[in-house]
Amino acid sequence: MHPSPSVIIFTALSGLGFGLLVFLGLKMPDVTGILAFIFFVIGFGLAVGGLISSTFHLGRPERSLKAFKQWRSSWLSREAIAAVFTLSVMAVYAIGRIFFDYDIRILGIVGAIMSIVTVFTTSMIYAQLKSIPRWNTKLTPAYFLSLSLAGGALLAIQIKFCLLLLLISGFIQLLVWIKGDRALALSGTTLESGTGLGTIGRVRAFEPPHTGTNYLLKEFVHIVGRKHSAKLRIIALFLMIGTPILLLSLSFSHFLAALAVISHIAGLFISRWLFFAEAEHVVGLYYGKR
Amino acid sequence: MTTLPEKTERKLGLVIDLDTCVGCHACVISCKGWNTENYGSPLADVDAYGENPVGTFLNRVHSYEVTPDEGTSQLVHFPKSCLHCEDAPCVTVCPTGASYKRFEDGIVLVNESDCIGCGLCAWACPYGAREMDGVEKVMKKCTLCVDRIYNENLEPEDQIPSCVRTCPAGARHFGDFNDPESNVNKLVLKRGGMDLMPEQQTKPVNKYLPPRPKDTLGEIDILAPLLKPVAEKPGSFIGWLNKQLDKI
Amino acid sequence: MTDQPYLDISPQLSDEIRKTTCYMCACRCGIDVHIKNGKVAYIEGNKEHPVNQGVLCAKGSAGIMQINAPSKLKSPLKRIGPRGSGKFKEITWDEALNVATSWLKPIREKNPEKLAFFTGRDQSQSFTSFWAQNFGTPNYAAHGGFCSVNMAAAGIYTMGGAFWEFGQPDWDHTKLFMLFGVAEDHDSNPIKMGIGKIKAKGARIIGVNPIRTGYSAVADDWVGITPGTDGLFIMSLIHLLLKAGKIDLAYLSQFTNAPALVDKETGLLLKDADNKELVIDQKSGKLVAFDTKNIRPSLTANHKGNQTVFYHMIEKYLSDDFSPEAVSERTGIKAGRIRAIAAEIARVAFEESFEIDQEWTDFRGNKHKKMLARPVSFHAMRGISAHSNGFQTCRALHVLQIILGTVEVPGGFRFKPPYPKPSSIHPKPHCKVTPGAPLDGPHLGFVHGPDDLCLKEDGTPARIDKAFTWENPMSAHGLMHMVISNAHAGDPYKIDTLFMYMANMSWNSSMNTKGVIEMLTDKNDNGDYVIPHIIYSDAYSSEMVAYADLILPDTTYLERHDCISLLDRPICEADVVADSIRWPVIEPDRDVRGFQSVLCDLGTRLQLPGFIDDEGNARFKDYADYIVNHERKPGIGPLAGWRSKEDTGKGSPNPNQLNQYIKNGGFWTKHIPKNAAYYKPWNLDYQNWAVDTGLYDQPQPYLFSLYVEPMRKFQLAALGHGKTQPPEHLRDRILKSMDPLPIWYPPFEETLVDKDEFTLHALTQRPMAMYHSWGTQNAWLRQIHGVNPLYIPSKLMMSHSLKDGDWVQLTSVNGSITVPVAEMAALNERTVWTWNAIGKRKGTWALDKNAPEATKGFLLNHLIHELLPPKGDGLRWANSDPITGQAAWFDLRVKLEKVKPPFSSEPTFPEIKSPVQKGSDIILQGQN
Repeated sequence: MHPSPSVIIFTALSGLGFGLLVFLGLKMPDVTGILAFIFFVIGFGLAVGGLISSTFHLGRPERSLKAFKQWRSSWLSREAIAAVFTLSVMAVYAIGRIFFDYDIRILGIVGAIMSIVTVFTTSMIYAQLKSIPRWNTKLTPAYFLSLSLAGGALLAIQIKFCLLLLLISGFIQLLVWIKGDRALALSGTTLESGTGLGTIGRVRAFEPPHTGTNYLLKEFVHIVGRKHSAKLRIIALFLMIGTPILLLSLSFSHFLAALAVISHIAGLFISRWLFFAEAEHVVGLYYGKR
Repeated sequence: MTTLPEKTERKLGLVIDLDTCVGCHACVISCKGWNTENYGSPLADVDAYGENPVGTFLNRVHSYEVTPDEGTSQLVHFPKSCLHCEDAPCVTVCPTGASYKRFEDGIVLVNESDCIGCGLCAWACPYGAREMDGVEKVMKKCTLCVDRIYNENLEPEDQIPSCVRTCPAGARHFGDFNDPESNVNKLVLKRGGMDLMPEQQTKPVNKYLPPRPKDTLGEIDILAPLLKPVAEKPGSFIGWLNKQLDKI
Repeated sequence: MTDQPYLDISPQLSDEIRKTTCYMCACRCGIDVHIKNGKVAYIEGNKEHPVNQGVLCAKGSAGIMQINAPSKLKSPLKRIGPRGSGKFKEITWDEALNVATSWLKPIREKNPEKLAFFTGRDQSQSFTSFWAQNFGTPNYAAHGGFCSVNMAAAGIYTMGGAFWEFGQPDWDHTKLFMLFGVAEDHDSNPIKMGIGKIKAKGARIIGVNPIRTGYSAVADDWVGITPGTDGLFIMSLIHLLLKAGKIDLAYLSQFTNAPALVDKETGLLLKDADNKELVIDQKSGKLVAFDTKNIRPSLTANHKGNQTVFYHMIEKYLSDDFSPEAVSERTGIKAGRIRAIAAEIARVAFEESFEIDQEWTDFRGNKHKKMLARPVSFHAMRGISAHSNGFQTCRALHVLQIILGTVEVPGGFRFKPPYPKPSSIHPKPHCKVTPGAPLDGPHLGFVHGPDDLCLKEDGTPARIDKAFTWENPMSAHGLMHMVISNAHAGDPYKIDTLFMYMANMSWNSSMNTKGVIEMLTDKNDNGDYVIPHIIYSDAYSSEMVAYADLILPDTTYLERHDCISLLDRPICEADVVADSIRWPVIEPDRDVRGFQSVLCDLGTRLQLPGFIDDEGNARFKDYADYIVNHERKPGIGPLAGWRSKEDTGKGSPNPNQLNQYIKNGGFWTKHIPKNAAYYKPWNLDYQNWAVDTGLYDQPQPYLFSLYVEPMRKFQLAALGHGKTQPPEHLRDRILKSMDPLPIWYPPFEETLVDKDEFTLHALTQRPMAMYHSWGTQNAWLRQIHGVNPLYIPSKLMMSHSLKDGDWVQLTSVNGSITVPVAEMAALNERTVWTWNAIGKRKGTWALDKNAPEATKGFLLNHLIHELLPPKGDGLRWANSDPITGQAAWFDLRVKLEKVKPPFSSEPTFPEIKSPVQKGSDIILQGQN
């Protein structure tokens, strides 16, 4: 898949934002007034910023309100609804916390749960796609949720949670890669099944239907070299998981925490870039590419 | 409406004969010509005379080399457009309802005025049957020429998709798969029509007829009965000939 | 479930449909052009049209992008920079025609031969040749010489017609179809339709082609033959079939010259006083003319030591030289496979035969109750043609058809009117020049012996291309590929003006492109161009434009009148005689004129007799006027339909003729009666019908020439007989190549290069979705074929450590090119190939200078020379067939070497300044 910046930014930032909102909804940390304002601004900023970024991926963003209609079948529609609902609930909750030092507990809990649901709906947009075997697994929501929560814990300065969640996320990330590398092969979808010609013999793409490029090739065919990928994976894991754990395990300081956040986000972007760039859409098979 | 109809009144689609397709791309251009003029916005060509021309096409012809374990490699031309799947994943993922499957005939369409160009339907389609238009930024796909097949301005025999009408080799067939007596069902039955990527569980309506076995003449040795020499030398051949000529 | 959006499922298609004839390749299908708001909106096939019956190929449907192409020339141009620079200034038509007249008038008055007028993909040859004839130059031809003249000439000399425009398989009845070589743009849609039809019936198709693409890809069996060896393979089939007695003896005896007696002294056929072949009647034993009533010509007779043609064939083809084992290695086909194919041919021809209940009468007056099928058919075009042994190979294929009795019988091969037409009733070539007067007759034709050659009194060639000389006596279509080379060399003489139409000679239509460019720009010691004047007409900004001094911009095919005439290259089907027109379905939006109308104007300005009336005024105001009013013979004109005698094909001109054509969808047809459907050369009902229709002057049944006697006459001259004899250096070649029975010899190039060094054959094919250089400017088609890799067989890829996208240097004895490669498994192991004419020169066709066609696309032409490698005798030997002069494109031998990817494919040429503006970046066809 083409690793488009808008979807990388969208999934990474909104994941972080909703992750932070989860913790804020649960009063972790238990902040009010100006401090609450800062935390909520960060949470909303990331979540809303991510959502805005996602509209850059749209061909016709001016029609994006139409996306709320098809909640019965579409995970994208569900995500839109969930996000707006979550943000609305959390907004009311936040106003209470910031301006009135008031804790509408039920809203906080609902908001936290809905934040998780929102991240889940985001993940399901990808996980539902049989056409992209690497994503078509329960690991995809696990990957999105664990990182969302770990990032949220980090931003919420919930060190213990954060350490635990980072370890879990790191483990899931490893699983995602290990299993993902075999997903296309295990999916059973091949050029032979795609053409029905496998009964005759081995199938090899000969002349493509067009000598230049097209939407499909630009959107779905992105080849990451194996060596390149291994390097990036190590860096991602190191920045996203390793460094924050190391930094947070040292004595706590805001400076180290800030470093951990920066490192985590940098690693997260690389991880998310890989998530898209390494995902093989089966249509690539028709072009003899994966 | 992006939930799928449980059953459609008719099940219209194509049968594509891989044994007969010569790979001429006639269907590709005819499709482009008809559909850029009709249904929805034009099919844009960007950088048309430049270094990297990219146009929107609803139908494309691949070619594949198939090598059996023993014997000679073969070349198969492979036209591919929307298969109008019964379980069309492109429809259910659509957040706006722009993508829908018609309950009356099963044709999968995009209502362009509702399309936000998110591309998710193209992501969901394993066949590469949808292309985002480079100018209009909405999703484009085969309409099965819905504006031809019922078009009262066309003579009855022309009320077929433009790719079928133009195909010089007659490798494309159009019909109703719900009708057991239809030409398409008969062909599928007779020639072993197949689904593409059945494991994707999309239940494609369009079917492909596999190439017939190739290179079956093989080799024969000197003792082939049909080639039994009547004579080895010109002289004895003339003798044989005279006998034959007397019989005429 | 009913909240589906509203859909208009019955939109109006267009404001109007105008029916005309396609020109996107040579196939000439009928098209329905939909007009919306005065513009072309959509093009589809015309269902009623005899050629395509409604279907249309990619090129045809993409015609709309040809009309909108930015590469269209906009007005007459006069060169202001040096040749090749592309610097022009726009001038008026009046000025352009004055310039042309000022060059041509003095030539005509003194030395008409100093004009060389050659037309490329011209579909108005009967008109352009008429113009050239009236001008008086002997130097006229179209592009047949570098296309498929071997096929055409071999067919005419052997049986009165070849494939494509001459005839077609009996698609309704054939059960085995064998296709040789490349055949795409010749008979494009009909062959696809035919293949579809016979596939649906379960017939078997055998593809004989080094490359398994296109039609060979859908063939049931593929024979990946080594290029240039088709003749050997065919003769091996003949060998096996003869040996097994699987031949149609009755057919050979009645309808061919197999029973004709060969004079044992001269090798000529014994003839009576009326010049009719003599045969021995098997019943009476008497020596009689072949067409005597109630005879049964003997195939085995021996008259005073004079044996039959058939006897000579048996002697020749039963030889073990043609056994499958003997030809297997050369052809690259296993002996057992050759046998299997021969056996299948025999089985289908003789065991799957059937009869059609249809009476018919032969020329000897015998009535036949039925028509007997031999359901095996063949087709071939450029693939077997474009070799230096092509003529004899094409002949061999026809001989194979004939011994099986599959020509003009159900299930076999059927002629299309006006064919069959034996060589004897075609004109002979004419070359007698008289200053200020027309030529003494048509330029091109069929020679029947040395006396018919186009030689001057001193024995030197009369024509600039040396057609009809000892170098290539039967060059029925001329040698367009030699014109520039010969004119530059002054061999046989210098010319003043080169006048060309639709021929991209400085690019993909020439061998040795770089050399040709140098010849076109070469100057003599005075600083003048060696070829002083070049006039060129084309509708588009092709590579050739930059090399002309004067450009006469043509219209596109939807803006013009044309006629697809029975006098020319007709569009008939086996059951139908047909002709058609083009007419301006849209008006040009720029200052261009149809080339033929321009010739009418020039004809008047030059006062050419056929183009002026008694007062010296224009006889035809334009081409449309000519089409309607010109008469070749009284009652016979360019169009056969709606003449004054309705539905006869004959009659005086009808001023309303074009309107009648337009009303009928742009074409005219007349059906052949059922009793005349087969056996046309010998069928009295057909012969009489053909006379009524104006195809023949009188019935003239004839025998198929297994033995081509005119060839023997050239051999006799080479042996020292007769007053016209070949020069010494050509005697041996004439003797060897002009065998009156088909032979095989190795292609010339491989006998002159080191075969151990140049181990590979290199070929081009034309893609189905792209015709010639015209296609690359087409915004839709160039997306399908924007680059052309060199396809290399898998084994060779491996041994050279190549993978797709790598680059190689491909070298022939004439030069090198550097090109990208791709692997192909279904390919003859000694062959590499690429698509033809994708490569473009920077600055042409209104493409971006970085267009892939210009950076990755390439031509094989750079490796092919119009001359053979020097033999050390100081002579210029053409790289052509020694009989017809057909350009031997496919004789090319090469070697390859992996190289680092260059910046772009090589050789590179400087960018030409485009005479037209670039097109818009975005096309939104259909936007209102």
